[in-house]
Amino acid sequence: MARLGELARLIRSKNAGPFELTFDVMFDDPAAFERVRASGVLTRELIASIYRLPAEQVKFFVVPDALAFKASIPRPRFQSDVLDSDNHGGQQYAPLIDIEIP
Amino acid sequence: MSANQEVRVLSGTGVCGSGFKESSLEEGLARRPHFIGCDAGSTDPGPFSLGTGGTAFPVRAIKRDLRLMLRAARKARIPLLIGSAGTAGGAPHVALFKRIVEDIAREDKLAFPMALIHAEQDKAYLKRRLREGRIKPLSPAPEFDEGTIERAVRVVGMMGDAPWLRALEQGAEVIIAGRSSDCAIFAGIPISWGIDAGIAWHAAKILECGAAATVARPSPDCMFATLRADHFDLEPLDPALRCSPLSVAAHSLYENGDPFRLVESSGVLDLTHATYEPLDERRVRVRGSRFEPAARYTVKLEGAELAGYQSIVLGSVRDPYIIRQIDSWVERLTERVHGRVADVFGGDPAAANYVFNVRIYGKNGTMGPLEPVTEIRSHELCLVMETTAATQEIATTIASMARHQALHLPIPEWRGFITGVACPYSPAYLERGPVYRFCVNHVVEPDDPYEMFPIEHVKVG
Repeated sequence: MARLGELARLIRSKNAGPFELTFDVMFDDPAAFERVRASGVLTRELIASIYRLPAEQVKFFVVPDALAFKASIPRPRFQSDVLDSDNHGGQQYAPLIDIEIP
Repeated sequence: MSANQEVRVLSGTGVCGSGFKESSLEEGLARRPHFIGCDAGSTDPGPFSLGTGGTAFPVRAIKRDLRLMLRAARKARIPLLIGSAGTAGGAPHVALFKRIVEDIAREDKLAFPMALIHAEQDKAYLKRRLREGRIKPLSPAPEFDEGTIERAVRVVGMMGDAPWLRALEQGAEVIIAGRSSDCAIFAGIPISWGIDAGIAWHAAKILECGAAATVARPSPDCMFATLRADHFDLEPLDPALRCSPLSVAAHSLYENGDPFRLVESSGVLDLTHATYEPLDERRVRVRGSRFEPAARYTVKLEGAELAGYQSIVLGSVRDPYIIRQIDSWVERLTERVHGRVADVFGGDPAAANYVFNVRIYGKNGTMGPLEPVTEIRSHELCLVMETTAATQEIATTIASMARHQALHLPIPEWRGFITGVACPYSPAYLERGPVYRFCVNHVVEPDDPYEMFPIEHVKVG
């Protein structure tokens, strides 16, 4: 087993406009990318459960040319609205670091 | 220009005001670009720019970048295209950039025909389009009706490439545009000169972020692209920077909801079949990007409304007894604050809609209710006690009462009068002034690509 954070070169989150939040899980090493892909662990459903959303609200992409996975979700609060805590959406990825990959 | 020739494009940096190396700009000029472009805006800094008319980057930094790009463009006798002036690209932002350019021209003895392309939208126009059913929501979108238009401080439209081309045809050599699609700054000229639209829009998508598509970018910098009939080549201009097929492919992920399909006014850039090949250690060739023209031309709107006035109190807690009951402590504090508001304001309707919120840093300040960690071991916590209300006076009154209630809120472990919060500042509250929220995520279906973006020609110098 390895944690996703140990395999990826970069895990990040960011606004995709004021109403969407997007997550990128990016690799340097094609073998590490393939390992994660083949594991079948990193899915739309997993993202949905971590961010407590119905799966149909999660967009999920595998981007082989970029050795990357990408997921986008509606922002829990619109950017900078009164109770939003992360104007740039930059610190919402931490729970992804600990995903266990066989 | 015919399709078998090439178009060379110099991008100043990712955001005008974020900086670039002067040496990189010179490297770019040496490659004889056909024009220089630079994006100057974003929603990323938040709704304040739309709300206040202010900019995310300091005016001095904007002026430095503009001066260097303007001198370069005038020296090479090529157009300079600046889009989304002043972060939000509304009327005050375009006016600010106009003033800065005029100051530079006077100081540096430059003269040129300039066009301003306005993007701030007339409320009567928006109401008419709304009534006609020609304003449609994107997803997710806030409620949008005539009341929203009325309440909005400012709404801008995001222009496509057409107004840029028209301003150039009409003789402008420098263009300061309000809110624009970042890519439209760079895509119009190559398309008008015969470059395939897929190639042009994809190159534009890379160029609008300056050197962001490089392998590692220690600081913002320029980027150069050479577009030919069915491909484009990318080259960073700082010799220390390099592009790799991976870095360029990965750039399509940045700040996009969908890495394969990028929506523009006139269609969709489809990267599904794009390929990335190394030309050498630093340059990458891209092919296969496609552009699907839209059945209906749309213009995206961005707008902000006043959310209220805010005052915050910063404090910290070190007492482990308070830390271990922080959630119930915050609940009790909130209850007491509501009680004090009832005492002091009575039934004053002006104070009815305030929001009192405590952010607990060291526990879940960053992720709020989505924080998966429930057990904390922090030996101290930072509290931001935040009040948002209809006026600054109400917000500050409530914040001041919250400070006092928090300071002496009893806990069962101690008998006697306690002081349970450390406040670093006196006065303890900070007035944040007006705060805004984005209130539009919609598109307009205009009659043509120009009607929302009037062009004004100005003789500078």
